[in-house]
Amino acid sequence: MHTDSYPQLIPLVILIPAIGAFINLFWGKRLTERVSGWIGITAALLSFVISWLIVSHVHGAHGAGSVVNPPAFFDGWIRIESIGLDIPWQFRVDPITSVMLLVVTGVGSLIHIYSMGYMHGDPKFSRFFAFLNMFLMFMLILVTGNNFLMMFVGWEGVGLMSYLLIGFNWDKGGALGRKNANAARKAMIVNRVGDFGILMSVFLIFWTFGTLNFYSPGETANVCYALEVNHLGECEKKGEHSETEGEGAAVVPAEGETTAEGEHSETEATTAEGEHSETTAAEGEHGETEATTDEHGETTTAEGEHGEEAEGEHGAPVALEDIDNSQFEPKQLGVFGQTKYYMELPEGDAGRMISFGPFELDFGQVLFLILIFMMLGVAGKSAQIPLFIWLPDAMAGPTPVSALMHAATMVTAGVFLLVRSNVFLDYAPEARFVIAIIGSTTALMAGYIAIGQWDIKRVLAYSTISQLGFMVAAVGLGAYVAAIFHLATHAVFKALLFLGSGSVIHGVEHGHHHGHGHGHDSHDDHHDDHAAHHDDFDPQDMRNMGGLGNRMPLTYITYLFGTFALAGLPFFAGFWSKDEILADAWHVGFDEGHLEGYIVLGLLLAAAACTAFYMWRQVQMVFHGQPRSEGAANAPESSAWMVIPLLILAFFSFTIGFMNVPTNGPFHGFFGWKDYEFKHFLESSVPSLTGKTPLEFNWLLAIGAVALAFAAIAFAHSRYAGDKALENREDPNIANRLDPLYANRATRQIWSLANARMYWDEIYGALIEQPYNRLADFFANVVDWRFLHDYFHDTVLKKGYDTLAGLLARPFDLGIIDGAVNGVGWLIGFFSGRMRGLQTGYVRTYAVVLLFGVVVVIVLMLLPLIQARAGQ
Amino acid sequence: MPPAVPTEFFVMLSMILFALGAMGVLLRKNAILVFMSVELMLNSANLALAAFARQWNEMDGHIFVFFVMTVAAAEVAIGLALIVAIFRHKQSINIDDLHQLEG
Repeated sequence: MHTDSYPQLIPLVILIPAIGAFINLFWGKRLTERVSGWIGITAALLSFVISWLIVSHVHGAHGAGSVVNPPAFFDGWIRIESIGLDIPWQFRVDPITSVMLLVVTGVGSLIHIYSMGYMHGDPKFSRFFAFLNMFLMFMLILVTGNNFLMMFVGWEGVGLMSYLLIGFNWDKGGALGRKNANAARKAMIVNRVGDFGILMSVFLIFWTFGTLNFYSPGETANVCYALEVNHLGECEKKGEHSETEGEGAAVVPAEGETTAEGEHSETEATTAEGEHSETTAAEGEHGETEATTDEHGETTTAEGEHGEEAEGEHGAPVALEDIDNSQFEPKQLGVFGQTKYYMELPEGDAGRMISFGPFELDFGQVLFLILIFMMLGVAGKSAQIPLFIWLPDAMAGPTPVSALMHAATMVTAGVFLLVRSNVFLDYAPEARFVIAIIGSTTALMAGYIAIGQWDIKRVLAYSTISQLGFMVAAVGLGAYVAAIFHLATHAVFKALLFLGSGSVIHGVEHGHHHGHGHGHDSHDDHHDDHAAHHDDFDPQDMRNMGGLGNRMPLTYITYLFGTFALAGLPFFAGFWSKDEILADAWHVGFDEGHLEGYIVLGLLLAAAACTAFYMWRQVQMVFHGQPRSEGAANAPESSAWMVIPLLILAFFSFTIGFMNVPTNGPFHGFFGWKDYEFKHFLESSVPSLTGKTPLEFNWLLAIGAVALAFAAIAFAHSRYAGDKALENREDPNIANRLDPLYANRATRQIWSLANARMYWDEIYGALIEQPYNRLADFFANVVDWRFLHDYFHDTVLKKGYDTLAGLLARPFDLGIIDGAVNGVGWLIGFFSGRMRGLQTGYVRTYAVVLLFGVVVVIVLMLLPLIQARAGQ
Repeated sequence: MPPAVPTEFFVMLSMILFALGAMGVLLRKNAILVFMSVELMLNSANLALAAFARQWNEMDGHIFVFFVMTVAAAEVAIGLALIVAIFRHKQSINIDDLHQLEG
């Protein structure tokens, strides 16, 4: 099947949601609910179909073909020639992008469908769909861009949509509206701190590399992989290579005339290519095949021992020069290609020093800085310590928003960015150490806090933070595949859990209305804004739930699927992905002996135990036991719009994990997929994967982790099962309904600390907010009001002005100006008084004067004549 | 044909008449006499104009004389009306009684 042209469709993936958003934004008010909903859903589904076509090409193609740089969509998007800044609007389709495309559009489409049911009756229905579509557009820009600036455009765009959607219900009256608006503001402000990091990182990247492109068009990200799938031979790993070959030109012991020098001439490359064209090497022949790279890693030559043995035509249409990047100058490469170039220069080489005006830094140090700043941005967007505090509050948004943005897609943008920058990370082990520690600490901390929460969505929010911590920790370990794998599986089962919780909230609220005889008015607003209703019944509070398993069977079953997947019970999606992260931590710790491996493994195991515990606590509180409120007792099952997406997601949260089954574990060869299908798929985006032996299935660890999860579930069951879920469960004041852990003296402190969210908000309040407010107060009251206003304005400016004005008014205006004007008047009066005597009023006088005047004039006229006469 | 009377004579006569008119304007108190003196000055000017026109054989002077006579006729109409109005107002045509414009 010819799929080569499919990636050219990539602008449409972004354009279609943009059109949907445009229609709903400008004509939404005139459209009926159903029409604007369908516009949104259609846009998302079309985007999904196109993404599927694109991914089918990427998955089907091999090597260089699996990475596509379509021609720049808008060349010269930002161009400042004087500093050599030229950023095209260019897309890049490669495996990482593909995964994100499917996750974003797939989960996104399901959530659009779900929203049709969930938002039913909301007065701002069309605006909601416009925002969802616009979010898809920005998220897709984020994942498809080929440079850091496009990524940043998407990054800020999704941040904006997050702000708008968290505060979607800002117009609910009173405290609730304020709470929603404040949550949105908190998300915006905390993310600005992170964006400072991203910006610094992007600036540093531009300063260092002179470009922001991930890869130049035509550049091959993973030279070794591309060569391998073209059956040219194995690529030696960089580390081993530089040890064996030293710094000099890599001269391969030549058999025959094909010798690879450090400086590859074109003829050599051609020779290699010539051989390549006849060469088809079965995997077994790789041993005989030698290919190596020179010290820059830009060029590779193949030793064609087996050239003659090769049979058949591999038919790869890609020329060798296009694979090995030898057609590029180092500085023409994208940032990642350049990184490789810099890092392979010897330590202390002048070329490695990056000048920052007054000082210089080694390239390795710059890389560390770039990654640490980047991690600050990731901590903001992906809710890691220290900037995770906005995500629990973000649950103020409607539940589909929480599912789509604050669980499945937007918050994973940070992980995506880190995996996209995997080449940087490969060369910066110190930065990876920091990232791994941050990620694993976050995972445990958030998992622990989730144990003590009452709000059904807050539990899931902390769970999301915890799982994001898993992903970030995986990136820190260099386990990029595990991170992306967990990202994909988590997107599915956490979206499922959030949508399930939305269904529960929806049901409880309906039940509440029903039970209170308000009449069941489906056109009433009944979303996350319950508290705005006439009573303070909170349908999100798990203390008001219980026994919903009988009332909402489909929601219950699908929720169980999500719970099992998240807890990592065997063969559910979370089992495979979480286990892979743990296995990588094990490998880094025990096999490679790195400290972070042990730390991460320990923290993540504890976090995994917490995960199983809090999820089972939630299931018990929500679905089991007896209903604890009228709302829960009367809750109806949700409509098909909402249940069908739940069923689809439940199906995938069981099956999606099988796409990356380890070599020797259970389900080896399941679905006819290769082992580590996902890893192979990602290889052309993640160079360091090639040559790395995939980890074997770690039975000990898998059994241990599963046993831990079961133990946690059993413990949770012993505490929360049935009617034990709450103490004083009949107390009308829900604040008196106590958690069993709190009721038990031994665990009271532990639970209280979790319930108080470890006082993070309070600590930030004391450390940042209060000093900030005090500083602001100082500036406002002392500097601005007392100094500037009272002293400077009133004393210096006003008095000075008054003095000057007085000076001008009295001596100058009154004295000089008025004096001059009055003096002129007086003078004229004086002279005219003297001259009025001339006017006698007698005609005769005038006639005489006239006569004299005439005589004088005549004399004057005649004078020249008289003189002339006299002169003769 | 040489002129029968030399132009100088006319000019001399014109001067005398003008001087007489001017004296009349300055020395007479009766408004009508002042008025007549003004007419005398105008006509002396007319005489000079006609004399020079004859001297230079040009028609300009004659034409101008007609203009002056027309204006003088209009002036007489207005001037006599003014004098009648003044007399009605003041019961006098003594111009020395008329000094309201005194400064």
